[in-house]
Amino acid sequence: MYLDINNISKSFQKKDEQPLQALKNINLEINEGEFISLLGPSGCGKSTLLSMIAGLSNPSSGSVSLENKEVTEPGPDKSMVFQKPALFPWMSVKENVTFPLRKQLSKKKQEQAAADYLKMVHLSQFAENYPHELSGGMQQRVAIARALAMDSGLLLMDEPFGALDEQTRQVLQDEVEKIWLDTKKTIVFVTHSIREAIKLSDRVIIMSARPGTIISDFKVNVERPRKQQDMAALEEDVMAILKTEIENVMEEELQYAGSR
Amino acid sequence: MPVVVKRIIFFVALILIWHGIFLLGFWPDSMIPSPFTVAETIYAGLADMTLVYDIIASFRHLLIGLSISLVIGTLLGVLLAKVKTADETLGTMILALQSVPSIVWVPLAIIWFGFTEASIIFVVIIGGTFVMTMNMRIGIKNVAPIYLKAARTMGSTGMDLFLKVVVPASIPHAVTGVRLAWAFSWRALMAGEMLSTGPGLGYTLSYASDFNNMSLVIGIIIIIGVIGSIVDQLVFQRIENKVLKRWGMEEAA
Repeated sequence: MYLDINNISKSFQKKDEQPLQALKNINLEINEGEFISLLGPSGCGKSTLLSMIAGLSNPSSGSVSLENKEVTEPGPDKSMVFQKPALFPWMSVKENVTFPLRKQLSKKKQEQAAADYLKMVHLSQFAENYPHELSGGMQQRVAIARALAMDSGLLLMDEPFGALDEQTRQVLQDEVEKIWLDTKKTIVFVTHSIREAIKLSDRVIIMSARPGTIISDFKVNVERPRKQQDMAALEEDVMAILKTEIENVMEEELQYAGSR
Repeated sequence: MPVVVKRIIFFVALILIWHGIFLLGFWPDSMIPSPFTVAETIYAGLADMTLVYDIIASFRHLLIGLSISLVIGTLLGVLLAKVKTADETLGTMILALQSVPSIVWVPLAIIWFGFTEASIIFVVIIGGTFVMTMNMRIGIKNVAPIYLKAARTMGSTGMDLFLKVVVPASIPHAVTGVRLAWAFSWRALMAGEMLSTGPGLGYTLSYASDFNNMSLVIGIIIIIGVIGSIVDQLVFQRIENKVLKRWGMEEAA
């Protein structure tokens, strides 16, 4: 198994408070080259799960293994794109993209890599610009180019388009799909958009909240590029699975609000 | 109306009012000199180079003192940001020291170093160090966690993470620290020089006071204010704005 998530639980202990269980008994197997989405209401722990795959945090129990090696810390074998671009503002676009390559490659090869990956996200002419001169969508493309430049087999994306407007979002979805088809990377993609999950993924992992568990492993067998009319029925299926879940969360939140 | 025009009108009016008060003659010339006498005094001082030497001497004290205070301030700031115990102990002391006006250090400096340039430079160093320390500390402590996370996923750890990410990310605060350190040092410099044996603007100021030379006193106060605001606006605010813009913090400024 390429990426194996083995019975993970995660609780957060705040001082003087009940421990909060964010994830409970998560089991998930992901094949090499798959495009997987983690979908669920806010608070279902999907981002927490992703950060454990990235090695940025460790599970309370259970383990994550990538190519049969346990993940304990972040590293160049798994690249990540965050909801915010997280570009270093003091570096030019090109320097940002070559940041992960500084130590591995010669200057010349870094230049080449930056040129290649910036071309892939259609930003070749902005290599010398600084992040603040770019729009939000362009910044996020640089972040994608930077993650791709690491050339890891696994690409983790944490609601990468969550902060963008709808049109930019669709353009970038298409770009990511194309990059995935070209590079055959394994992608784990966190989103709360049902449409986005269905459009992009081979499998949509649907999660419930408090504590976060997997409630459905939903396969999307629709030919790519996917058309709106083919996806509509699937969207409704996923919506139905999520509906009770969202209602539960809403009810809980209302009760919580009422009890205060 | 452009800002420059407003300012010119304001200062012209101010000088006219001043001159009007002078013409009323309620006070002797030795207390309220005419603005034109002050202008002549400044001109004479610049022409015979005495004021020029004073300005050069003051800037030399300032540059030596400020440079040392920036180095010490940066190192202390990093220490406080990185070592919790240092922050909890030394940090409190530095906060207390920061609230001590720099003129308070002058008597101590004179006992330690006598009426020498070392005394002046000591006071300047004390003036700039603590504010630089506190800004550097905040700069390093407030590096956005997302930068650290992103850097770690790209394989950056330890010293590399510190030098390539934490330090550059803290530069906006460091620049503010440098600007404030300059402003504090400039004030400390004048305090130190007034009790020195010269040369320097502060020395000439107290010398002029001793000889009841009011137009020179006012002239030097004007020079001190003008230099202070020119350096602040033309040098530091420009650098600060540039950095804030580059670092994408323009709105926050």
